[in-house]
Amino acid sequence: MGKIMDVTAAMSGIFYRHPSPEDPPYVEVGQEVNKKQVLGLLETMKVFQKVKSPVKGKVVEIVAEHESPLKDGDVIFRVEKQ
Amino acid sequence: MFNKILIANRGEIALRVIRACREMGIKSVAVYSEADETCMHVRQADESVCIGPAISSKSYLNIESILDAARQTKAEAIHPGYGYLAEKEEFARACQDAGIVFIGPRPENLNLAGDKIAGKKKMEAAGVPIIPSSPGGVDSIDEAQAVAEDIGYPVMIKSAGGGGGRGIRVCNDPAELAEEFSVARMEAGAAFGNNQVYIEKYIVQPRHIEFQVLADQFGNVIHLGERECSIQRRFQKLIEESPSPRLDKELRARMGQAAIHAAKAIDYFNAGTVEFLLDAKGDFYFIEVNARIQVEHPVTELTTGIDLVKEQIRLSDGGKLDYTFDDINLRGWAIECRINAEDPERNFMPCPGTVASYHPPGGFGVRLDTHLYQGYELPIYYDSLVAKLVSFALTRDEAIDVMKRCLDEYTIEPLKTTIPLYIQVMDDQDFRDGNFDTSYIERFLPEEEDDDE
Repeated sequence: MGKIMDVTAAMSGIFYRHPSPEDPPYVEVGQEVNKKQVLGLLETMKVFQKVKSPVKGKVVEIVAEHESPLKDGDVIFRVEKQ
Repeated sequence: MFNKILIANRGEIALRVIRACREMGIKSVAVYSEADETCMHVRQADESVCIGPAISSKSYLNIESILDAARQTKAEAIHPGYGYLAEKEEFARACQDAGIVFIGPRPENLNLAGDKIAGKKKMEAAGVPIIPSSPGGVDSIDEAQAVAEDIGYPVMIKSAGGGGGRGIRVCNDPAELAEEFSVARMEAGAAFGNNQVYIEKYIVQPRHIEFQVLADQFGNVIHLGERECSIQRRFQKLIEESPSPRLDKELRARMGQAAIHAAKAIDYFNAGTVEFLLDAKGDFYFIEVNARIQVEHPVTELTTGIDLVKEQIRLSDGGKLDYTFDDINLRGWAIECRINAEDPERNFMPCPGTVASYHPPGGFGVRLDTHLYQGYELPIYYDSLVAKLVSFALTRDEAIDVMKRCLDEYTIEPLKTTIPLYIQVMDDQDFRDGNFDTSYIERFLPEEEDDDE
């Protein structure tokens, strides 16, 4: 078992799992991801930021719900470091 | 004249329209989302209706819900403000079908002006100079790269359905284009409910000059002079002024005529703006028609004395234009600073939060369009524009002095805003000399954190 890393919201905003409503989600639970891979988007006052993986590893939990409002520091993903 | 108008917007522009209605003796209806119950436009309107959840696509972009509110309150007309549904043909048509007057251009105008791609073809045919771009919308990264290869890098990804700079990204090479493409589409979709984008050649170091136009239902089209909007960051205008320090009488007349031709080419109706890029040689290129009242409309109002929102309402009610630019007593200089709840020190990160301490500037030569008040909590869901501070004086120098003084007076705490940046600009000699282009603001910004580091 690698270390579990929390991926948190850098600021308050709305979380999106998909690049657009028609597209599939960026990632699913269990998926292997690279460091800096885009996991989702965070929209604050109409500005979109990419939520990126801090490490190479595996997505073990998607904590935040799609289209939900998050506060600064809320956990969005948990990624197991490889 | 209309008895009651519904304002399909929020924030400062909703308030702006409500004020015009009140002065004209027209009743106003505010609409609001569940996150906006405490918004100032709700308090100032005669009536208000909740139109849905916080997320804009379910409230301020929800056509059915807004039309229901209009029917329920028996509003005879809808003013869309800017952004949201303002340039959506489908909405203008739905109003028409519901027997409600849409205060703005005809649906066909929105089709052509709002769809930048089709609009440009018309302009080209009418002899208005245009910038090279993709022949239509691009739907895939491969297609975007092929177009970019053809017209040459750098290119911009632009939203076909939108305006106001949202969704625009500059790409210097194919890799950058590939990465930015989906995000640009996402932003376009979120802001305008239309995720189609197109590719356009990026003209380096131009000035952004736009002309206000008005058109009545009888084919009369006039212009009301220019606005200088070169002070922008990532295509978001920050400071606008009228007149432009760059234009002389001759160039103003030529560009004004081109603006009128552009409006006539699409059989335009109501208030609109024709945007141009002006290069160092004095050649200008048509960019787009903004088929709405614009954020920066106050600078034109102050120098012409014409209330553009009242003119929009009057023209939609069948009013006639019986004056031209030459009849107007053009006077003085007006400068607008868009105060955004963003931190210029931190890459312009938005700063939602509660306004704990609020003190607006006042005195001679000031106009302040804002929905802020002490205790107001800025929602995360909407645009970061919180106030438009406008100074007016007989000369440009004096207008800058007034603006500087007002920026110093303005307290919006503890939120981070763009005020400190504007104070630096007002103190800058190049700005005072009128010596700038669209890249000007970069010199004040810390080097941007690379998104990929």
